Amino acid sequence: MKRIVIAIGCAALVSLGLCLKIGTAIAADSEAAKAQTLQSPEDFANIRDESKRSVAMFNEMGKVLTHPRCVSCHPRGDSPLQGMDLHKHEPPIVRGAGGMGAPGMRCSTCHGDDNVAFSTEEGSIPGHPGWRLAPKSMAWEGKSLGEICRQLKDQDRSHMTLEELQKHNATDGLVGWGWHPGEGRIPVPGTQKIFGELTQAWIDTGAVCPEG
Amino acid sequence: MAISFELNGKEVSADVEPDTPLLWVLRDHFKLTGTKFGCGIAQCGACTVHLNGLTRRSCITPISQVDGGTVTTIEGVSGEEARAIQDAWVALDVPQCGFCQSGQVMSATALLREIPKPTDENIDQAMAGNICRCATYVRIRKAIHRASDSMEG
Ligand code: FES
Ligand code: FES
Repeated sequence: MKRIVIAIGCAALVSLGLCLKIGTAIAADSEAAKAQTLQSPEDFANIRDESKRSVAMFNEMGKVLTHPRCVSCHPRGDSPLQGMDLHKHEPPIVRGAGGMGAPGMRCSTCHGDDNVAFSTEEGSIPGHPGWRLAPKSMAWEGKSLGEICRQLKDQDRSHMTLEELQKHNATDGLVGWGWHPGEGRIPVPGTQKIFGELTQAWIDTGAVCPEG
Repeated sequence: MAISFELNGKEVSADVEPDTPLLWVLRDHFKLTGTKFGCGIAQCGACTVHLNGLTRRSCITPISQVDGGTVTTIEGVSGEEARAIQDAWVALDVPQCGFCQSGQVMSATALLREIPKPTDENIDQAMAGNICRCATYVRIRKAIHRASDSMEG
């Protein structure tokens, strides 16, 4: 429908250049909108081959797994990351015991139980009672989706069974923070409920990993 | 809303909005102006206090999170580590303008309570969030070692 309206609008316009520009802008907008949404398992029902459906659903989960809100605390080094460009955390802070920072400067020195809006300017400091880094064995930074998938399933390095992983994705509060990251931060796409359903459907279809 | 907590060893209460930062309450309500405002966004460490025994940036701590807790500021910090830090700070003349120093002292004291014999690395990690625009960092590190050496054990 949108396309027809644009086509009619464009036909009425003398400048073709302007039409192309509008068309490109709308295509880019819908790409961005797509990245912001998370498809449900039902959206993959038309993929007949179960393994392919499993991979497709993991790729969809990847929108969450590789989102900066999640990768920030799944770094490969000993420092958390920040921002959509995943720069190093400022002020500098180290992983420390249990991923909770160093004596004298723990995560909790700044991060409380909730997101807190700044009093003197726009923005907020994020918070959650369980604020900490994921274990190094669960580093996702710089990894392909296939690598992340295989390490999630590798029982030698993962501290979770697939069942526990599903529960983690569907109900863990710190995971859920990604959808409610506070003023000044872009949330991960979709909802935690859909993410949990996708994880379950991926497991039910054999938990197949993408290649690469 | 009345919030009650222990402040430097005394039970106190303050009737303030729950989202008021602890730093505001300390400075404006209780007139404890030793704790400084530097940035207001958890980037400088000037506002560091101890909340329930651990370092905490008071500029981004809503007073509602302090209810029933224990707060220690530079005016009330005490004990062997605090004394050792204070003596070392005086002996080495650590402060320049002094603005950041109450935050530095609160972080350094918290470090020594957990690690009485810290390495340079321990010190750098604990103090990384305390900025000093006068760049007294070298003296701070020396003073922490000196304080550590002066403590028993
Ligand atoms: S004033 Fe709180 S960290 Fe700067
Ligand atoms: S002594 Fe001046 S800011 Fe540290």
